[in-house]
Amino acid sequence: MDFTVLAKGIALAGCAIGSGCALIAGIGPGIGEGTAVSKALEAIGRQPECRGTVTSTMLLGCAVAETTGIYGFVTGLLLIFVAPNMFMNFLG
Amino acid sequence: MELDVSGARIFYTFPFDIPILGKITINETLVVSWIVMAIITIACIILTRNLKVENISKRQALAEMIVEMANNFVVGNMGEKFRYFIPFVSALFATSLISNLISLIGLRSPTSDLSVEAAWAVVVFILITRQKIKTNGFGGYLKDFTTPIFVMTPFNILSELATPVSMACRHFGNILSGIVINGLIYGALAVASSALFGLIPGAVGDFLSKIPFLSVGVPAVLSVYFDWFTGFMQAFIFCMLTVMYIANAAETEE
Repeated sequence: MDFTVLAKGIALAGCAIGSGCALIAGIGPGIGEGTAVSKALEAIGRQPECRGTVTSTMLLGCAVAETTGIYGFVTGLLLIFVAPNMFMNFLG
Repeated sequence: MELDVSGARIFYTFPFDIPILGKITINETLVVSWIVMAIITIACIILTRNLKVENISKRQALAEMIVEMANNFVVGNMGEKFRYFIPFVSALFATSLISNLISLIGLRSPTSDLSVEAAWAVVVFILITRQKIKTNGFGGYLKDFTTPIFVMTPFNILSELATPVSMACRHFGNILSGIVINGLIYGALAVASSALFGLIPGAVGDFLSKIPFLSVGVPAVLSVYFDWFTGFMQAFIFCMLTVMYIANAAETEE
């Protein structure tokens, strides 16, 4: 029996499941950015004259908090677009 | 539905090999980078022609505004003694911004290639390290790795190396996610419009379902976020982080 097809199938399934799991990383930044924005809104509500500074600092903080989510996204993309070809070449 | 997310196209491959690096190619990233450089150079030449002290033109006012903003950004975040970083940070910002926004005219933006951001991040990393050595001396720089206790050295080295990696991946991931999501939306809208107009019976429905009507207009709304907002934001954040890291490296621990 030829196991190559089975191996390819398992590899593809692993890539798909793995990329799905990698995108769970989006939860963290979502919660974090939501907290950051809510605090920034509170700060603006308390001191409307600080609006500009608070907004720019908040955007910077959001972008930094997004990093882990972006890592997950890049990993997911690698698993979808790069890893399958690599496995197919490896398995022949 | 067909979705095409491919890397940069390769136009020409030099016939010789370079040791370690392998083949050298002229690819889309490189060509679009040249276009970006040309745009920035031409913009600078146009903006700085016949400058006057009095009775300035609108063009000169714009140039002065840009320079003023760059000065305020660097001096406000790093302090007066770092004035010599103004040209570097402005060049970084301009290159990043034009590279991100060039996807609006249909070219593949160079920043959707990780090697571009990796190169910038390596330059920034060298600047940070140089600043650290300048502040604490070489011995102090090495000693900094063993804080708070000696066992932490591997983790300190890792966190040091994580700085350029995270800077590069953040910018790259944001720009690439815009491209991928735009591609998905175009594909999905084409399928949706062919399904919708396919409901019309007869030859008219057949004809109309071939034209992706829904692709007109809807992606433009998303482009405001994914191209304009992310493009500005990531350029700003890359420069902000550069400035912050270098300013932090210059602080003495006292």
